[in-house]
Order: sequence, then structure tokens, then C-alpha cells
Amino acid sequence: MDQRHDAPHIDPHTGIATTGHEWDGIRELNTPLPRWWLGIFYASILWSIGYWVVYPAWPLLTDTTKGVIGYASRADISADMAQLKAQRAVQAAGMTDATPAQIKADSTLFQIAMAQGKAAFGDNCAACHGVGGAGAKGYPNLNDDDWLWGGSLDAIMQTLRHGIRVAGNDETRVSQMPAFGRDGMLKRDEINAVANHVRELAGLSTEPKAKLALGRKLFADNCAACHGEAGKGNQEMGAPNLTDAISLYGMDMASLTETITNSRNGVMPAWGGRLDATTLKALTVYVHSLGGGQ
Amino acid sequence: MSTAETDTDDIPLFAASRKVYPQSVSGPFRRAKWFILLSCLGIYYLLPFLRWDRGPHLPDQAVLADIANGRFYFFFIEIWPQEVYYFTGLLILAAFILFLMNALAGRVWCGYLCPQTVWTDLFLVVERFFEGDRRERMRLDKAPSSLDKLWRKVAKHAVWIVIAWWTGGAWVLYFADAPTLVRQLATFTAPVSAYVWIVILTFTTYSLAGIMREQVCKFMCPWPRIQAALTDDEALNVTYRYDRGEPRVSVKQGLKLKVQGAPAGDCIDCHQCVAVCPVGIDIRDGSQLDCIQCGLCIDACDAVMAKVERPTRLIAYDTETNVKRRMEGLKAIYRPFRARTAIYAALIVVVGGAMLWQLATRRTADISVLHERAPLFVTLSDGSIRNAYAVRLLNKRPEIRPFALTVDGLPGIRIEAVGVAPTADVRPVVIVDPDSSREVRVLVTVPAGVPLEASQAITITASDLFAGETVRATDHFMAPGAKP
Repeated sequence: MDQRHDAPHIDPHTGIATTGHEWDGIRELNTPLPRWWLGIFYASILWSIGYWVVYPAWPLLTDTTKGVIGYASRADISADMAQLKAQRAVQAAGMTDATPAQIKADSTLFQIAMAQGKAAFGDNCAACHGVGGAGAKGYPNLNDDDWLWGGSLDAIMQTLRHGIRVAGNDETRVSQMPAFGRDGMLKRDEINAVANHVRELAGLSTEPKAKLALGRKLFADNCAACHGEAGKGNQEMGAPNLTDAISLYGMDMASLTETITNSRNGVMPAWGGRLDATTLKALTVYVHSLGGGQ
Repeated sequence: MSTAETDTDDIPLFAASRKVYPQSVSGPFRRAKWFILLSCLGIYYLLPFLRWDRGPHLPDQAVLADIANGRFYFFFIEIWPQEVYYFTGLLILAAFILFLMNALAGRVWCGYLCPQTVWTDLFLVVERFFEGDRRERMRLDKAPSSLDKLWRKVAKHAVWIVIAWWTGGAWVLYFADAPTLVRQLATFTAPVSAYVWIVILTFTTYSLAGIMREQVCKFMCPWPRIQAALTDDEALNVTYRYDRGEPRVSVKQGLKLKVQGAPAGDCIDCHQCVAVCPVGIDIRDGSQLDCIQCGLCIDACDAVMAKVERPTRLIAYDTETNVKRRMEGLKAIYRPFRARTAIYAALIVVVGGAMLWQLATRRTADISVLHERAPLFVTLSDGSIRNAYAVRLLNKRPEIRPFALTVDGLPGIRIEAVGVAPTADVRPVVIVDPDSSREVRVLVTVPAGVPLEASQAITITASDLFAGETVRATDHFMAPGAKP
């Protein structure tokens, strides 16, 4: 018997005993928990004991208890992934044998390829080329119609599969523009003359004191073999067109001087070994459909 | 009133709920309620089975909420998810109709049409069948446990649960092809969600109509509060005509008083109005929040008045104004045309008319254009500028439709769609399947030399080559802008 209270205080309105505590005249009803609530509470405790036994539960020093049925959520993920792969295999079944051109012509396969291509692009390509393939300085914009190595489905597939300047890959895209300044092939004023001539080819302004005649001669001697006499470039050799409105590294004098002096050698990984054939096809169709495909 | 005794401490804040045992009653209001109950339940249970032919590509169920395909069908109306504002309009309309009903004849909704009332009435029929009328039920509840009591209670709850189950069962029929779903439910092959919803609605129907009943109206429903704020002295409400009824005296006492020339009211204090009340109130206390105005006390009182050979309608649909007027010896007046009823009616006409007009003139095609942001624009090798857009075409007709795309707004501007072959006149033609939408990547190009701001407006137009319907959308065309 509680010594502090002789008899429980009864609330006059409800007829229920109070807890005996009082705060500034406010008392608390000593309402017992509903039986159904208490029942569920005890049932939950019993349930949790069963849970400890069956499922992984308690953390140990270096490990956890495993539970008698050996359940692990990692196995669920493996199963989900396997299911996803199987599902994808069914949906993309038509893509296994089709060429990128056939995929592009078939509206169902095209939709699958675009969805798969977009996902694969985001995972693998967007880091350099941007989420929408917008590119950046040194990383080609894949939306435009200017291609270093060709914008046909086959050419895009080839580039994707073997990459650019990948060491040890026989079919990789390789072009070697010499570092004319660094290797002493052209002097500083000669480089300036060539840069001015390139701007002249592109229809851009030239410097007032530019030696355009010298530039034209030096360009014919050193550059025309790849870029062509008129600077129109050559996709067979990966030589960019210098006369169009698009440039990868910039057409201002500083950028041109840097390009001629030190050369630029952009690289791209070969995805042939990393992505499966279907994904490569989907990526090819996706890139081709960004807007610049030829 | 300002004495020390009026201390709020003495007013109990807690009122234990008291079980209501409504007595059965007969009369015109009860008959009207039976008729409405049967009509409402009939519509609710049978409507999903009504067919409505919409052609080969669409479901033929008259009323169907096709959640999976994002369509709502109501006879000749088909609503797409983006047209959900029709439901908003419907709710606004429903609110105004409720307000108008309230201004004219009180809580018509609560007393006759509300599902809570209809199902409670239905459950009471079951309760009466197994446990008898008011007195028998009260006696049974007080009686000690017995086999007789047990089977009656069990049978009642079992029938309630069966009715509740069918309530939920009918509900899910509005969300799938009803005959197919009934077959699936019967063979236990229906989707899990159907069973889950049936269980949920079984539970709510059973607890709301069987257990909670008037507590729902009194404590859960917001309408009584709103109604109390909206009603006025001129609205017809179920009213105890205290001008006629007071003072309450027995028949014998009344005769005695009349001989003496003292006032004697018509109310004989028989408590029949209280006995039949489904919410357990005394209508003679005046208009109150708990009263759902079902009119059953009118039927009960009329029967008693007829028996004691006094005029009926001591309790009747009447207005507060009239009770007061009669006490002053004036004639009763009824004014259904008042400022508020006129305004509600006008609002109903305006909202209903606007919805009908919108529905009658709505397009069966739509276009939405989303400018792609990565990149905002592309410079092509010849110096022309190109923007890409995601264009979605909606075809709300049950047939295949070809849409030709054109673009306007800038000189020399041209349009192409990826994966779509252009026609002879260079317009890309996008084929859209019946009752569906299709998204295409659209490239819009402006040739070099056209002066461009950083952003300018263009219009993309889609024209149905068969029916001639034209829809257009305006968006931005982005360019490098004026740069040195």
C-alpha cells in the first residue's frame, strides 16, 4: 500500500481514480491502458523474440547474428538484378541481331534503344560529354553535325567500340598532330602567321600586322596534308574542318597558338570491352539521334 | 446570472456516449426514405454493370475509373488525368447544391441521401430483424448472456459484415471491368488490390454504419458545423412548433385545463419523437447540431396526433420565423425566393454552365512542348542555330490520327522530328495511336544570318491531316544572342 496516499482521489466527473499527482490543481486520470492495446503490446514483444531467432538482429563485435533461416537483403538485390536482366533480355531480344540501322528503322526497337541509350549515356558518357551530349571545350558536342571521325551509325559505333587514342587497341581512332612549337618545327612568329591564316580560312578577322602570305605557305607545307589546302579537314584522319562555325578548342588567337604550339590529343575510352553489344547499339542509335547523325 | 455559482468547474467536460435504440416508425417520410434508400443502393450496386459502347479501342463500362491507364469514363464523357479540374468543378457544384438545399429545406442531404444515413438505415433493418424493435433490443442488451442472445448478436453482426463486404465489393467494380472482376473475385483470381480495398471498405462500412452510427454525424462530419453557420430563420427545418405544443400536458390534464380556461399545448409528452430518433435527441429542444432532419419524428408525432384526434404536423418542416409569427398572431409566410437562394442558384447555373461549355468545346487533341536544356542550343557547322524540344501529342479520339508538325516565328525556320519520316512537303507527320499520346524529339533550326536574340518566341503547330483539328504551343527559341 502506498504510504503517501491513504485513499485514491476520485475524479468527480468521470468517477475514475487519479494518479494522486497534482500540478496547480490539475490532476491526471489514472486511466488504465485499453486491454486490446496492452494485448498488442505484449504480442509485439513475443513477436520480437521470434524475430531475433529467425532474422539477422543483434550486432556483435565484428559481425551480427544471422538468424536461423539465413536471410540477407543482399540476396534480394541479386535476385532483383537477375530478374531485371532477364526482363531486359526479352524486351531487347530484337536488338541482338539487328544492326543500328535496322533498329533505327523499327519504331518499337528504336524506342527501347533510345531509353536504354539514354540511361547508358548518363552512366558512361555524360561525365565528359554532358547529360544531353552538349560537350565542353575539348569534349565534342554530340548534338551538332560536325564530326571528327564521322557521324554515320557505323562510324559512331566504331568510335564507341574502340575509343580514341587507346593504347594497345589496333582499331582505335588515332590522329597525331605534331606539337609544332614545342618540338621546334615552327618559330613563334611562324606560329602566329599560321594561326592568322587559319582564322582567314574560317572567315574570321586577322591581326593587322599578320604575315598572311607566310602563313598560307607554312599551312600548305605543314598542315594541308591532313586538314586540306582549304582547311576543310578529313574525317578519315580525324582532322577537323577548320572553316566551319564549330571548333572543339576555340578559334581565338590564344587558343590557336596553344593548339599549334603544343597540339591537342583528346582521348576517349574504348567501350567495346566494357559494355555489351546491345548497349553499344543502343548508345550508337541514341547519339546518332541527338541531332547530328549522318 | 453573475453569481458565484456559475463556475465552469461544475460543468462536466466529458459525456459518455449513450447507445441509441431507434424505434421503427411508418409514415410518408419513412416511405420516402425507403424509396430513396432503395434507389441509392440500387444505383450503387448496379451502375458498374451498365454498358456504354465506345468503339473497339476503349472499355464499354458506363462508369469506370481506369486508374492503370489514367482515364475516367462517365457515359459519353472521357476524362484524362490533366483534366482533373472537372472534378474540382463538380465538387464546387456539389457544394453549392448542398448550400441551396440547406437554404430551402435544411439538411436534406443528411436526412435522406448521405451514405452514412442510407447504410445506417439498412443496418438497422438487419438489427431489427434479429433483435426486435426498440424495447426488445433494450431488454436484450440488459439481459444476461444466453444462447438466445448469442445467436441473435452473432447473426446480426454476420449479416452486417456480409453487407459491408458487398459494399466494398461494389466499390472496386468502379475501377475495373465489372463482369470480369466479379468472375475473378468468385474464383479468387482478382488482383490483390481489389481484395485489400474490399477489406478496407468492409471495415469502414461495418464500423461506421453498424457501430459508430450517429457518432459519425455528431463528431466526425464537418457538415453540421457548416450547416449551422449557413442556415437562417427562413429555411425550412424539421421544427417542433412550440407555439402549438407548449405547455406539454397529458390528454386528461389538458381537458381539465381547457375547462378552467388555462393554456394547454398539443404536445402530450409521449416521447415518441425521441424514441424514433436515430441520433437520440429531443426535437422539442429546438434546432440542434445533432439533428440530421430525417423527418422520422414527424411521422411518429403525426401518428400520435391522429390517435388523440388533434391536427397533425405538431412537428413539421417549418421556419423559425413562422413559429414566432404565429405566436404573435400573424399568418405564416414562406419565402423560398430569397437573396441567398437566388445567389446559390445563380452560382450553380454559372459553374454548371461553365463546365458544360468547357466540356462541349474541349479539344480532342493537345500538344505540349518542353524545351530541352542540355544543351539550350546547338551551333551547326554552317552557322545555323538549332534547338531541340520534347513534343508530346495527345490524341483523345478512339482512332489513329496523323499530325503534321509545322513551326513559325522566325525567317527560314524549319522543323524535323527524330525517327519520323517527313512528307513530300517536308512536314514531319507523327502518327498517334487511338486514345493515347506520343512524345517525339523535335529539332528546330534557324539558318545562319538571321538576327537572333538570346531568346525569342516560336510556335509549333500540329494539324490533324484527317479531321483538320489544329493545336499549337508557344515556346522559346534560344540562341547565343548578340555577341561580339
